[in-house]
Order: sequence, then structure tokens, then C-alpha cells
Amino acid sequence: MAILVFVETAEGKVKKTSLEAVAYAKAMGDSVTAIALGDADKGDLGALGKIGAQKVLHADDKKLNEGNILAYAEVLIKALEDEKADILVLANSSLGTPVAARVAARIGASLASNVVEAPNTSSGFVVKKSIYTGKAFAYVELKNPKKVIALKKNAAEVKESGSDVTVTPYAVSVPDTAFKVKITSSEKATGEILLPEANIVVSGGRGMKGPEHWGMLEELAKTLHAATGCSKPVSDMGWRPHHEHVGQTGVKVAPQLYIAIGISGAIQHLAGVNSSKCIVVINKDAEAPFFKAADYGIVGDAFEIIPKLSEAIKAAK
Amino acid sequence: MKILVCITHVPDTTSKINFKDNNTKFDPTGVQFIIGPYDDYALARAIEIKESTPGTTVTVLNVGLAETEPTIRKALAIGADDAIRVNADPTDSFFVASQIAEQAKAGGYELILMGRESIDYNSGVVHSIVGEMLGIPSVSPVMKLELSGNTAKLAREIEGGKEYLEVSLPFVAGCQEPIAEWKIPNMRGIMSARTKPLKVVEPKSVNSGVATQKYELPKPKGSVKMISADNVKELVNLLKNEAKVL
Ligand SMILES: Cc1cc2nc3c(=O)[nH]c(=O)nc-3n(C[C@H](O)[C@H](O)[C@H](O)COP(=O)(O)OP(=O)(O)OC[C@H]3O[C@@H](n4cnc5c(N)ncnc54)[C@H](O)[C@@H]3O)c2cc1C
Ligand SMILES: Nc1ncnc2c1ncn2[C@@H]1O[C@H](COP(=O)(O)O)[C@@H](O)[C@H]1O
Repeated sequence: MAILVFVETAEGKVKKTSLEAVAYAKAMGDSVTAIALGDADKGDLGALGKIGAQKVLHADDKKLNEGNILAYAEVLIKALEDEKADILVLANSSLGTPVAARVAARIGASLASNVVEAPNTSSGFVVKKSIYTGKAFAYVELKNPKKVIALKKNAAEVKESGSDVTVTPYAVSVPDTAFKVKITSSEKATGEILLPEANIVVSGGRGMKGPEHWGMLEELAKTLHAATGCSKPVSDMGWRPHHEHVGQTGVKVAPQLYIAIGISGAIQHLAGVNSSKCIVVINKDAEAPFFKAADYGIVGDAFEIIPKLSEAIKAAK
Repeated sequence: MKILVCITHVPDTTSKINFKDNNTKFDPTGVQFIIGPYDDYALARAIEIKESTPGTTVTVLNVGLAETEPTIRKALAIGADDAIRVNADPTDSFFVASQIAEQAKAGGYELILMGRESIDYNSGVVHSIVGEMLGIPSVSPVMKLELSGNTAKLAREIEGGKEYLEVSLPFVAGCQEPIAEWKIPNMRGIMSARTKPLKVVEPKSVNSGVATQKYELPKPKGSVKMISADNVKELVNLLKNEAKVL
């Protein structure tokens, strides 16, 4: 059973969630080929050998520098064929998920997205996926010989062993029809830790009172190498950009640590954070519902606690 | 122009989720069902386009059993012209997408709007599968959709930002805010919805290649450990040495 892993990059660097995808494939045993499309750091790609890729392909074509979904699907369909791979593994993302779906539909594969742990193959091939926005799980059997698996963050642990592999150039010829959707421009935060990738998230709610107070929250995030998030009203009011809004209708995060400051903990917000390993809640109201979903809590004023917390973390380093 | 809007019938966002029959079935006891919140954005945008483009019709489609009809009627009350219900339990994404693709082909729709994801399965894949089945582009999650003639300008949310796209009709879009403002049905809408056509069709048979075996609820959280506001150091200590997340 050969497995192909689609590896995504951000600013050329392999994304953390893609490292997890390689580790996930490696845990399934058989031969693992990773493939990256467009601009990518060669050193990063070679290092995929350390976490389980036996072979790394790089389709380094300018036309693939933008994440064009139809074109990416074409390349992956061809690569699955060339590598005689029956299974495609990738990370859920705004690029990975639609590509997974199009590939699966084309090659007649069983598809599962939001997969949270290694498959159970004791009888059939069963994956566990997150449903009802993190409020439940389903065990789904993938019955077709071909399978496409899209992973939620933290589905596998990345462990290094072995050594780098050489990166093999992978030549592609993508038909013009695959560029029917033209990407005319994009706006992307640069140099920031992306929210869906982050191991630690510092999130602020309406209790932060206004955008002018985000400086201290960003300072805390910086100390922790964390991404910043927010509640929905905060992005609705334009205090923070929409892509930072966490919850049922926003980004679903699954960090090691989620720190919620001045967020009441409405069920729609919790839906986006309930896969976090550890939750810290800071709120001036001891009755805030978020405390029920927290591992650690502090009742107090955000504006006093945030600077103290930044100091304490710096001191502990 | 003919627009197809695909809607789900899902538990209200505040619902507690439970299962029955040995964790093999969703337990609807006490659950209120709504149009999927993202589907509601798709519908709202479709109605806006209809209002600004004479000769546009909006058809809503749901793959579901008879119990979804009140949800479909609500979409008609919001302003859709007619509805199709494919009479089947929506067991998986591939099955649902196959039914949608079948109806879309038969109806010759130029624009197919969906939600970015359903809030029960959250798969975020039905639009892409339908696009692939019909051989047309699919774009999701779409935050802005402006049509001029045969082409559309879209904004799509990506990690840490936005992407601006151009695509010609026909295509499929998975929608999210702020593409349009949710619409609330008014009295006239509710009255007229009763008599708008709702066609029930039988599903085509599909070999979908996936089978759900059982469901599970997450393990309940242990109780919260409270730390005094004067002792922030202790929090850092616990995060480092007890939770081991720093
Ligand atoms: C269909 C639907 C979908 C939704 N999706 C989402 C979603 O995806 N994400 C989301 O977040 N919300 C979502 N919501 C909204 C949600 O219901 C809540 O309204 C929202 O999460 C509340 O945001 P908040 O906690 O920031 O604000 P509030 O509820 O106003 O809470 C502010 C909190 O700050 C505390 N506070 C105030 N001052 C201070 C201070 N100085 N120091 C410390 N604490 C302080 C208060 O005690 C309070 O608990 C959705 C709602 C609906 C109906
Ligand atoms: N049973 C269904 N009937 C009609 N449309 C559906 C159904 N299930 C999913 N969809 C559409 O597909 C979108 C994405 O769903 P999903 O891939 O399940 O996250 C939804 O927002 C709906 O627009």
C-alpha cells in the first residue's frame, strides 16, 4: 500500500500540519512519498525524510506558486498514478480540503475529512472524524481500495528519526483548463504564526473593550510564540480581521494551549476551541460560562492580568 | 439566470448533541432544527442577486427525509421560488453530492450556491465533489460574490488572509459571511411559501464507499482549577509543569 502525502507550504516553508500528514502516513506503515507543488524550501522538503517520507517529489513550476485548486488536483491525480499510490493523505485547509474532495471524486476514492487519529485497520479501514463542530466524533469505514484522508490538526505526532532524503524534481504539464479560476490577487499576513497552525493561541473577546488594547494581547502572544484569535463580535466590529475569528462560524483551532481573555464562552465560540489540549480562561466575571470548559481559570481584570502574565512567562524562560 | 441553493437541515448552533441506539443514530429529542448558518448566507446572496437581476429564479434543494420540509418552507419564505427535496437520508458527502449533481444537471443551473460547510458533518467537501461531477469549478469559502454578465469576481478566505478570484459561469460556490446579510422571512413570505412548488424526487442509487459505524461524544472535561489573580506565576508554573504545554 503506497501512500502519497500532499505537503503544503506557506512562504516556502513546509506547514506544520503537513508535517503531521507525513507523520500520519508513516504511522500507517507502508511506503510514503511526499509531494510539494510550486515554490518550496528545498531544505525543508529534504527534511521530510526525517519524519517518514521515503521519497520527496517537487513539482517546482511557477504556474503552481498560487494554490490553484483545480490545477493542484490534476497534479495530485497524476502523481497518485505515477507512484501507484492508493491513498492520499493531506492536512485540512482552505487548499487541502477542496483538493482532497476533487481528487476523491475523480478517482473514485472513499473520502474522509477532519480525521483526528490514525486509522483502525483491525477489520476494514476505519477512521475517526470530528463532527458537529467538535461536539462529537464519528467512526467511518472507508471501503473503496482508494482512499483520500484529510486531517485535522494534531491527528499525528511528529517525531524525527532517520535522515534527509534527496528531493526529486517532478515534471508536470497542467492543462490550461485547470486554470479556469483565475487568482487575481491575494492578501496574506506575512511573518505571522497562522492561527490554524499555531501550538498556542491567545484570543480576545469583547471584554478587551476596543482594538486599541490589542497591543498587550499581541505582546503576550509574541512571548509565547502564539497566534492571536478573537471572538465573533470582535471581528464583526472590525477590531480584528475576519480570519482571526474563532468558533462555529470561524476558524476551528486545536492548539496545545488556548488562552481566552474577556470571552464569555458562548457555545458557538466553544465549538471552535473544544479540540484544544489545555484551555486557560481569564474573565472578570466568575460566572462566565467559559470557566466550565476551562482547565485553568483566573477571575480578574484582563488589563491587569495580561501584562503580569507576559512578565511571568518571560521570567520562567 | 437560474440559481440553485443547496441547504441543510441541521441542529441549531446551541444544541447539545446526543446519540441513541447504542451510539449509532443521532438523537433529535429536544433539538431545534435550522437552515445551516452558512447555507443561510448562500440563500441570502441568491435572493439579493434575484432582486437585482430581472429574470432570475432561485431553487432550493435539500437531500433529506420528510422531516426537513419545514426548513425548506422557511427557505421559500425567505424568497426562493421553488424547491426540490431528494427523498433520502443524507448518509454521506458523496451520496449527497451525487444527488445534487443529478438535479443540477437536469435543471441547467448557472450558479450553484452552498454553505462553506454543513454544521453536522462539517466536511466542507460537497461543493467540490459536485463541481468535479459536473466538470465545473468550485470555490469555497466565498466571502464576496459579484456578478457582471457571465463572469464573477470572488473573494475567498484563506489562512491568514484573502484571495481574489475571477471565474466564469457556471460554477459552484461555498458561501460564508460577509457575503450577504441573513434574511428573516416576513409575513407575506411565510404566507406565499405555503403554496410555492416543493417537488419531491426519489434518489438515484449511489455506491458511496463510506459507512458510518458509530458515534462518540468527547470525554467530559475535568473540573477547572482556579488560580488567584494575584498569583499569575502559579498559572505559568502549572502550564509548564502540570499541563506541560509551555
Ligand atoms: C449562528 C451563530 C454563530 C456564531 N458563531 C460564533 C463564532 O464562530 N465565534 C464566536 O466567538 N461567537 C459566535 N457567535 C456569537 C456568540 O453567541 C457570542 O455572542 C460571542 O461569542 C460573544 O463574544 P464575547 O465573548 O467576546 O462577548 P461577550 O459575550 O460580550 O463577553 C465578553 C466577556 O468579557 C468579560 N469581560 C469584560 N470586561 C472584562 C475585563 N476587563 N477583563 C476580563 N474580562 C472582561 C465579560 O465578563 C464577558 O464574559 C455566534 C452566534 C450565532 C447565533
Ligand atoms: N443533505 C444536503 N442537502 C442539500 N445540500 C447539502 C446537504 N448536505 C450538504 N449540503 C450542501 O453542501 C455544503 C457543504 O456541506 P459539507 O460538505 O457536508 O460540509 C452545505 O453547506 C450545503 O450547502
